[in-house]
Amino acid sequence: MMNARERMLGRLRAAAPQPTPQNIAVLDHRIAGHYAGERPSAAARVDALEAALRVSRAEVWRATSAQWPEQLAHRLAVHGARRLLLDTASAEGAALTSVLPDDVKATPFGQPLEEWKRELFDSVDAGFTVARSGIAATGTLILAPDASTPRTVSLVPPLHVALVYADTLHATLYDAAQAECWGDGMPTNLVLASGPSKTSDIQQTLAFGAHGPRWMWVIIVTEEEQP
Amino acid sequence: MSAQPLKFVAPEDFHQRARAALNDPQLRASFRGAMDFLQTKRSTQFPDTSELEQLRDLGEAIRQHALANLPQLLEQLEEQLTAAGVHVHWAETGEQANQIILSIAQKHKARSVIKGKSMASEEIELNHYLGEHGVDCIESDMGEYIVQMAGEKPSHIVMPAIHKTRQDIGTLFEQHIPGTAYSDDVDTLIQTGRRALRTAFAEADIGLSGVNFAAADTGTLWLVENEGNGRLSTTVPPVHIAIMGMEKVVAKLEHIVPLASLLTRSATGQPITTYFNLISGPRRAGELDGPQEMHLVLIDNGRTQAYADEQLRSTLQCIRCGACMNHCPVYGRIGGHAYGTTYPGPIGKIISPHLLGLEATADLATASSLCGACGEVCPVRIPIPSLLVRLRTEANRNPAEQVAHPLKGQGAKFSRGDRLVWRFWSGAFSQPKAYAMFRWAATRMRALTPKEQLGWTQHRVPLQPAPRSLADLLNDRQQPE
Repeated sequence: MMNARERMLGRLRAAAPQPTPQNIAVLDHRIAGHYAGERPSAAARVDALEAALRVSRAEVWRATSAQWPEQLAHRLAVHGARRLLLDTASAEGAALTSVLPDDVKATPFGQPLEEWKRELFDSVDAGFTVARSGIAATGTLILAPDASTPRTVSLVPPLHVALVYADTLHATLYDAAQAECWGDGMPTNLVLASGPSKTSDIQQTLAFGAHGPRWMWVIIVTEEEQP
Repeated sequence: MSAQPLKFVAPEDFHQRARAALNDPQLRASFRGAMDFLQTKRSTQFPDTSELEQLRDLGEAIRQHALANLPQLLEQLEEQLTAAGVHVHWAETGEQANQIILSIAQKHKARSVIKGKSMASEEIELNHYLGEHGVDCIESDMGEYIVQMAGEKPSHIVMPAIHKTRQDIGTLFEQHIPGTAYSDDVDTLIQTGRRALRTAFAEADIGLSGVNFAAADTGTLWLVENEGNGRLSTTVPPVHIAIMGMEKVVAKLEHIVPLASLLTRSATGQPITTYFNLISGPRRAGELDGPQEMHLVLIDNGRTQAYADEQLRSTLQCIRCGACMNHCPVYGRIGGHAYGTTYPGPIGKIISPHLLGLEATADLATASSLCGACGEVCPVRIPIPSLLVRLRTEANRNPAEQVAHPLKGQGAKFSRGDRLVWRFWSGAFSQPKAYAMFRWAATRMRALTPKEQLGWTQHRVPLQPAPRSLADLLNDRQQPE
């Protein structure tokens, strides 16, 4: 007896045109052609990312590797964040942890989600991530969650702070997919985040903090000293 | 949450509901405002017409390539996902899909399912089915949450609660969410919704989502959203079930890049949405969150019928952006509920006959002036107007006629009387002698013209032939015809 799978595929195969394998190369070439053209300079990419993120109501600032930890620690304290979720073992996490004021407590993820789900939902004020890269054209951060910075760090706490290095910025999403060889294999979850969570579901009126983070702070780490 | 029982509507009663919608000034104002807003948002995203046209060509080519290779791509997707530990299921009908999902829920003794937005789940009436079997479905997209609370169905595929005012929603929240005072401030309402659903996310046994695109090469499901509810639904509960119409797979992940750009710009006029959530499997060893178990349910539910016919296959190019409805003069006036189908507007008119059969949906294809706006804005160039004409033909085809790919409900509108009238008409107009006789009879016997002329006389005075035909008048002046 044939199952649903066989019947569905059978109906498709009976109607499908003869496959033409050379088509895909032609198609890939057309896509590449569409996105061909001059790319903005590194400095212009930083400007574009910053501008696009601002339009999406993210708070953005630039800082050097030496500057950002203290700046962020100060802002977190002013914001009133008491508990910050981060990978304390990473270079960035350690740098930040070492300068956090006493009333901002650093918490590593540490245990599987189901062992502290309610606690994560109810008691963590902010999550800190380091983006794999960014996309200038759309003001997008590419986050690749892993064992030390899991998916929920950038999702559940009401404030998401992301660090992105200026030299990782791609011009477009197409460039990012090409340069990072997405086609060769993907992590279990790759997230492209372009601002704080939002919705226009009530009378097309934009409101922030729908279900994801209400606030998104982005620090662009550059080599030049920032005023 | 206290969800009301769902009000079902039958697509057959389209005319009646359309009339009621036209007479509802508040509803008309809601839709007019929303349509103007969405049209403007879209047009600001495409300042460069040549870029838009190029991108539409590309979108069309990508979708057509995917459809041409659909059986192989589905097998490849299944293979990739299975290797990553995802359970892939195939459902020929909505009923089968519901049974598959219920059996997963029962295996986990699940009591609650938190849902990201999924039109496919609306199409198969999943909430209703699971509810009947004791599993609570909670919609978490703000718009879906609102329509579920009201016991309604979405009136737009991208903005489900587009027909509701903030005052309606304020009243709804006051009545249904314990401890909530009335407010019609949008920020307050959204924060109320957020608070109410927070616990549901943390406690749900299963998360269910739709899928915007799937890539066969990497086995990736690509989800597009702004709110974060899709990410929560696919990340926080221990089990994630994704449900997807079988046409949504494309060959390569990089093929989705132009499609995703067309989708967000056409749908809501955004260069990109807040989140693109790319999922390629459940939690791996060593990872600390993400679902431990993941399923994908592939749904046919009539799609292979559209696929079988070369012309109708283009229906499946759709990426569900809703631009066709946002630009449709009919949708803009009657709103989404009048259609009585899961997918309203132009895309609903061309997809619903395959899902539900022409018996229930034959009136939809005729509710169009064929103005062509839908075809002009479609990001993947689906020739919607010509598909509407084709569906009219199929609805009026003799049910007994043998055709290569018969549609379910072929001849639903077939009438021997109509057929006779048209045959007489074409006979009279294709032969000069017959036409002269018809003209003579029509002008001489004009007093016998019926006063009731079906739809025409609902709002207009009856038509009556003139006492003398144009040919007669020209003849009097001795001018040739």
